[in-house]
Amino acid sequence: MSTPQTLYEKIWNAHVVEQRDDGTCLIFIDRHLVHEVTSPQAFEGLRAAGRRVRRPDLTLAVPDHNLPTTARLDSHGQPIPIADPESAQQLEALERNAPEFGIKYIHASDAKQGIVHVVGPEQGFSLPGTTIVCGDSHTACHGGLGALAFGIGTSEVEHVLATQTLQLTRSKSMEVRVEGELRAGVSAKDVVLHITGVLGAAGGSGHVIEYTGSVIRALSVEGRLTISNMAIEHGARAGLVAPDDTTFAYIKGRPMAPSGADWDAAVAYWRTLATDPGATYDKVVSIDAADIAPSVTWGTSPEDVLPITGIVPDPSSFADPSKQEAARKSLEYMGLTPGTRMTDIEVQNIFIGSCTNSRIEDLRAAAEILKGRKKAANVKWAIVVPGSGLVKQQAEDEGLDRIFTDAGFEWREPGCSACLGMNPDKVPAGERCASTSNRNFVGRQGPGARTHLVSPAMAAAAAVAGKLTDVRAFAN
Amino acid sequence: MKAISRVEGRAYPVGLKNIDTDVIIPAVWLKTISRAGLGKGAFESLRAVPGNVFDDPEYAGAPILIAGDNFGCGSSREHAAWAMADLGISAVIAPSFSDIFSGNAFKNGLLAIVLPQAAIDRLMEVARTDEIHIDLETQTVTTPFQDRFEFEIDPFRKHCLINGVDEIGLTLKSSDAISVYEAKLSANRPWLAPNPV
Ligand code: SF4
Repeated sequence: MSTPQTLYEKIWNAHVVEQRDDGTCLIFIDRHLVHEVTSPQAFEGLRAAGRRVRRPDLTLAVPDHNLPTTARLDSHGQPIPIADPESAQQLEALERNAPEFGIKYIHASDAKQGIVHVVGPEQGFSLPGTTIVCGDSHTACHGGLGALAFGIGTSEVEHVLATQTLQLTRSKSMEVRVEGELRAGVSAKDVVLHITGVLGAAGGSGHVIEYTGSVIRALSVEGRLTISNMAIEHGARAGLVAPDDTTFAYIKGRPMAPSGADWDAAVAYWRTLATDPGATYDKVVSIDAADIAPSVTWGTSPEDVLPITGIVPDPSSFADPSKQEAARKSLEYMGLTPGTRMTDIEVQNIFIGSCTNSRIEDLRAAAEILKGRKKAANVKWAIVVPGSGLVKQQAEDEGLDRIFTDAGFEWREPGCSACLGMNPDKVPAGERCASTSNRNFVGRQGPGARTHLVSPAMAAAAAVAGKLTDVRAFAN
Repeated sequence: MKAISRVEGRAYPVGLKNIDTDVIIPAVWLKTISRAGLGKGAFESLRAVPGNVFDDPEYAGAPILIAGDNFGCGSSREHAAWAMADLGISAVIAPSFSDIFSGNAFKNGLLAIVLPQAAIDRLMEVARTDEIHIDLETQTVTTPFQDRFEFEIDPFRKHCLINGVDEIGLTLKSSDAISVYEAKLSANRPWLAPNPV
């Protein structure tokens, strides 16, 4: 019998084109997602070298990062020009580059448009057992389907466009096992925030993490995407969840997914991907579901996680001196005093969106809390940004948009929005935002913006309370 | 890619842990469609603090930066490496780097050198007054005070950096192997060709 292998080893081994003596491998890339921000210089490089795109059929381009989330068409159905000339120029560059290099392009006003990491799974472009790359670190997201997916820089984007491969060295493997049953009010987002708190922002560094255990198995694909999305926030190269019947049911019938005989062959192959009994990981971390509460961040690193019932820590309580220093800086930036109860922190902004939490289940969870309620008067700005045009349509079909607007939220067009301070959606300096995105870095949501990462239900609850609050108090 | 084998000069003693790429270059600077000119936005939030090392004439034009653990974590933006290069930085020394950043750094001929925390502490001290020397050939970081720290580097990366090798050109030499793989792939996993929409 052959040696037992982990899911990661199986995917890796299936993609080795060539191995060099030093162990570096040329790895074939099955899927390449392209967006407007990290691609212009790559296409420029191809043009300068007179190179073509090797596999345009395996490449999909969609704009998301820089696109404003306000209405894209006027009352006559004509495109509304983007006000910021630099953003407009970047979008035009992608609109030019995609046809020039023969790449499929989803237009900004197409209902299929959305955040790359929402569009890939939704279209059936992202599949189990594939290698997926994109010039965006949250590409790890697609690992929720059992794909080896990771973010790359622009030079690598150019490299993949030209060769459909990457030169990589094998990462170490880690198992993060979450066993037990999630407590009431605890969502996939809380699980991944908790994991990040346990591992630390660099805890997964050099590793590909496979998330296992009864909690992960019980999650929907959308929840698994949320978890794998933030693998990068605990430093991992990629996250993985072994594909199972839940995964196959999710993929079946999606537009770009295999069908007919191909489907049967694909499922048969996908079933072989699970980690073999007896296979070993370089590191194993076990987490008890009972320890996970609705969670929130207090600082400027995603590892700064607390249960919502917690208090702002005293920097001197950390053993590591450099962490003490970092905590002091974080608290200064965040305008927080040690000892403050998290539930006493007022928020002026609410952002429900990003590739972590903008799929239909996320919007349903937030709407569930907001139904029949209104945002507090001190909340000045509350927006919901669906992950794609199709998510938006479905939410409208279910009447969720009305629940949000009745509660005082703005209902926006799909895009990255306030996840990153790049397009017009920004949190004003010095103000706080309860945000369903993935990063609470200094300036991430705009210069001086203070971010508290939470789940969609927690963000909705914060909107109603006007401060960070325990969603469990809202249980109907 | 430009060949690089030695870096010598002053070093910005930054020292902080978890310097993310949003700190290295904030997102508002990413609207550019070229690689040049990003130095202006580099380390914007750190430079907003009076007395910061980047605006201290003592360190003007320093080619080296010294930082804490997990340098370059966060967003995959290669703009971080471009911004640092545009600022005149050729090497970063830290106890650890994010995987994506070290890849991006390498592809832009920016040395990302890993040394243990004790060495970093020492270099932070030296950097305040004196120059630091990095020799890629011998894989050493030295100071005028006889400090000598050896670092590891992947031999392939070392070769590419010293010879300024274009990685895409190198991979394209394996075109035949890629074609063989592709043929095998369409036979074994035909469903991988996406359904047209
Ligand atoms: S939503 Fe945020 S994290 Fe996701 S792709 Fe967009 S910018 Fe990146």
